[in-house]
Amino acid sequence: MSGGTTASVPAGLQPALAPPARRRRPSWVPYVLLAPSVVYLVVFFIVPLLQGLRLAFTGTDGQWGPATVHQLLNDPGFWSSVWNTLIMLAIILPVQLVLALAMSLLVNAKLRGSGFWFYIYMLPLGISDLTSGIIWYSIFTQQGWLNSVLQDLGIIHTPFIWLSYSRQLLIIATIVVAEAWRSTSIIVIILVGGLQAIPKEYSEAADVFYATPWQKLWHVTLPLLRPTLRTALILRTVLAFEVFATVIALAGSSLSVLATKANNAYTQFQEPHLAAAYGILIMLLSLVSTALFLVLLPVRTEQAG
Amino acid sequence: MRARAAGKYAGAVLLALWVLFPMYLLTAGAFSTQSGVYAYPKSLWPHWSTGTMSFFWDSAGVPTALGRSVIVAGITVALSMLLGTPAGYAIARYRFRGRNAYQLSIVSTRAFPVVVLSIPLAVFFLQWGIYDTVWGVALMHTALVLPFVVLITTSVLAGVPVDLEEAAQVFGCGRAGAFWRVVVPLALPGLAAAASFAVLMSYNEVFAASILTIERPTLPALVLNALSASPDPYKFAAAWLLMIPTFVFIFIMRRYILGFGVERRL
Repeated sequence: MSGGTTASVPAGLQPALAPPARRRRPSWVPYVLLAPSVVYLVVFFIVPLLQGLRLAFTGTDGQWGPATVHQLLNDPGFWSSVWNTLIMLAIILPVQLVLALAMSLLVNAKLRGSGFWFYIYMLPLGISDLTSGIIWYSIFTQQGWLNSVLQDLGIIHTPFIWLSYSRQLLIIATIVVAEAWRSTSIIVIILVGGLQAIPKEYSEAADVFYATPWQKLWHVTLPLLRPTLRTALILRTVLAFEVFATVIALAGSSLSVLATKANNAYTQFQEPHLAAAYGILIMLLSLVSTALFLVLLPVRTEQAG
Repeated sequence: MRARAAGKYAGAVLLALWVLFPMYLLTAGAFSTQSGVYAYPKSLWPHWSTGTMSFFWDSAGVPTALGRSVIVAGITVALSMLLGTPAGYAIARYRFRGRNAYQLSIVSTRAFPVVVLSIPLAVFFLQWGIYDTVWGVALMHTALVLPFVVLITTSVLAGVPVDLEEAAQVFGCGRAGAFWRVVVPLALPGLAAAASFAVLMSYNEVFAASILTIERPTLPALVLNALSASPDPYKFAAAWLLMIPTFVFIFIMRRYILGFGVERRL
């Protein structure tokens, strides 16, 4: 089983949408099997969520009211953290989608050793945002690899300061590069799954009409990939609201995003109410953007059929 | 046609370099001499040395923090597999009321980022007396990992033919016996993939770990806390140590990774 077929979905990994109807008695057994995980998820998702809402909508005196929300809106750096998060998101969506699409098409192109390429493209999946931030810090820092190479090539004569407080957009760009490097693998997983679900007949039909590869990509593959692309966009957006350690590693305290503000509010300022409010805001943004994608990019089922 | 194939291979190589070259640069940084880390301009082939790594290893708290990370990952794997595999089995094998609702809520846990959960949990853990312990972090990590373990084990177990399990029962195995003697061995590589994913998620997780610990951080939390005050050799060595497990665990997972995405489509 070396190489070769790794990138195709193993037989066992088809979605379990249609369970075998073999067991005649849908007894208590499945419920007993599910119960422990349900209890656990209630305790560790629902209860903290309610507690988070309580913290966000009570003041430090424990009174219900908008005190914490006011504090959030007037928190120094709140609006810049919102804008930084949104700007980052706006840049990263197209960049990462193109990159992920290129990787997915190559993985799906049945190259020799496709299993090998897939393994390499998946390596960043197991790398933390902290590690990725430090890796790119080692590249972008003043005495880092990028300046070294540029100087060797004679393009610069003194080190250029990439991570400067006074150039916020440039710092955001470095964060985007680090994020594109690290989390593209997650998008690739989704896109490859979608590509493999497209029946070969479509591509063959396009070949009959002598379609060029670009025409095939634009007029056959991408339209059919639409539901998958939407999922990828949603996931990427939700992940972008959680970007955290990459920012700290690259920008230190010279740039903040929502997640770093939340962490600081708790660990540095011991303000659980404010920190929870940041958390709730991140969740709301995730939910709203998910809803937006679902509404703005409707998927007509007959398109795929 | 040949030119087009060559183009594809060139593209594949370029993208592989995009992934691997930064990893090489980190390795070159982590295995330079300490003064080599500050050399400028750097040479892409440094004077290899373990000086930077041993400096990091001798820094305060590093070996114990790594030990804690391993313990947290161990507890997380054990708990999430113990709770998640039965659920995956139930979804893969039974039709019952609430099955779709359960699957939907598993997928929708994705909408609750760790940022939302860990701050309220810190308040609870203080009350429960497990704040700043490996157990607190591991319980949080289990919550994060469990939905993925359920999804992965569902698709893995759905791939084990029911017939084999029923045959085992015909030959005298009980339901549990058939599960242990037939299903588990056949599903073992897939279950290992699920466990690997749990290990990686826990070992890499830094936000909750930094919220839920003070004096007894895991390795990523320790490094994060020290980040603004630590010299570059410390950072590079730390990042290298945090990076290495991916090579092993992604290898274990590689055949199963695509299954992870299947049910995450909304």
